[in-house]
Amino acid sequence: MEGKTRLWDVKINSKWCKRCGLCVAFCPRGVLKLDDEGRPVVVDIAHCTGCLLCEMHCPDFAIAVKRSE
Amino acid sequence: MGSDLTRYLRVEKLPHIWCAGCGHGIVTQAIVRAIDELGLDPVKVTIVSGIGCSSRAPGYMNFDTLHTTHGRAIAFATGVKLARPELKVIVITGDGDAAAIGGNHLIHAARRNIDLTVICYNNTVYGMTSGQYSPVTPLGSFASTAPYGMVERPFDLCELVMGAGGTFVARSTTYHARHLTNVIKQAIQHKGFSFVDAFSQCPTYFGRRNNMRDALAMLNWYKENAVSRDDWAKIPPTQRGSKFPIGVFKDEEAPEYCESYRKVIEKAMKEGDAK
Ligand SMILES: Cc1ncc(C[n+]2csc(CCOP(=O)(O)OP(=O)(O)O)c2C)c(N)n1
Ligand code: SF4
Ligand code: SF4
Ligand code: SF4
Ligand SMILES: [Mg+2]
Repeated sequence: MEGKTRLWDVKINSKWCKRCGLCVAFCPRGVLKLDDEGRPVVVDIAHCTGCLLCEMHCPDFAIAVKRSE
Repeated sequence: MGSDLTRYLRVEKLPHIWCAGCGHGIVTQAIVRAIDELGLDPVKVTIVSGIGCSSRAPGYMNFDTLHTTHGRAIAFATGVKLARPELKVIVITGDGDAAAIGGNHLIHAARRNIDLTVICYNNTVYGMTSGQYSPVTPLGSFASTAPYGMVERPFDLCELVMGAGGTFVARSTTYHARHLTNVIKQAIQHKGFSFVDAFSQCPTYFGRRNNMRDALAMLNWYKENAVSRDDWAKIPPTQRGSKFPIGVFKDEEAPEYCESYRKVIEKAMKEGDAK
């Protein structure tokens, strides 16, 4: 998939995130990964389906999934 | 959460105090998502809690909120609802708050069928005071006050509330966040006493003591052990083990307390006028 097929934006609020890793574990498409310091980062946005599993399982309200503008 | 949902939060109070991976944030999100999806007028929603990690949730929620005393949230909520029956009154409580110190308020509110929505953030432990067992701690589980394993038989809170007369009763878990949101929506819409037993992980004081090293392990435990109401009925009781049912167990109509009480007031006023 190329950039033009990108349908979703996933924003992580690092000020609220406590690095529990649940978002990464719940993403069925490998969109998110933990970096070396245990912080979740978006690595493959083109595969995001907007399923909201990451957002709904984030205990810290730190993930926002939105349709790309 | 996007700005569509964070508008229901007191964002200036965040990040919250809950531990990393604590389920209470997932349940709180499910409640605000349910309120948003139902299109409720936020001015007409009041949230009441007792004391506990769970009971701190309303402090982050941008509604009229009451953070009361341990076990007494339902009593305060009863007062709010009787005085202002047009409000949607949601009680946020913990398993200790609702079933130990507040157990009597719970059963009598259910018996009266007062139109409250009680959401129990059930982590089967006293999280806030560092992990004492509660009346729902599973048999054999470890807690700071059960170092050899829990010897008391636990309450099934859904059975308790149904037995006491509550008219809407459901259970879900933080693993099933979408399902949890849906049952909360149904509970809020139900007229009468509604109870949602929301299993919510406490990795800090329950998980670690019970062979689940983090929040994910606890969510996987919910995934493996939760069964639908219909499947539950098919498992012979002796083979149920650690499995538990989720779903809506009761959804019935019965006279609602505030309405019945208002009729008493009207009658008394009329008789008073006649004298
Ligand atoms: C009258 C009174 N007794 C005891 C306490 C101590 N106390 C505070 S929170 C709590 C238990 C909370 O457990 P639960 O309701 O399950 O909430 P959780 O922290 O697990 O979310 C207790 C016993 C108190 N604050 N007030
Ligand atoms: S689920 Fe939320 S708090 Fe946990 S790592 Fe992901 S963004 Fe951070
Ligand atoms: S919305 Fe779904 S697919 Fe997209 S990042 Fe979140 S969990 Fe993964
Ligand atoms: S002690 Fe348990 S219930 Fe309390 S914030 Fe930590 S994980 Fe949550
Ligand atoms: Mg508890």
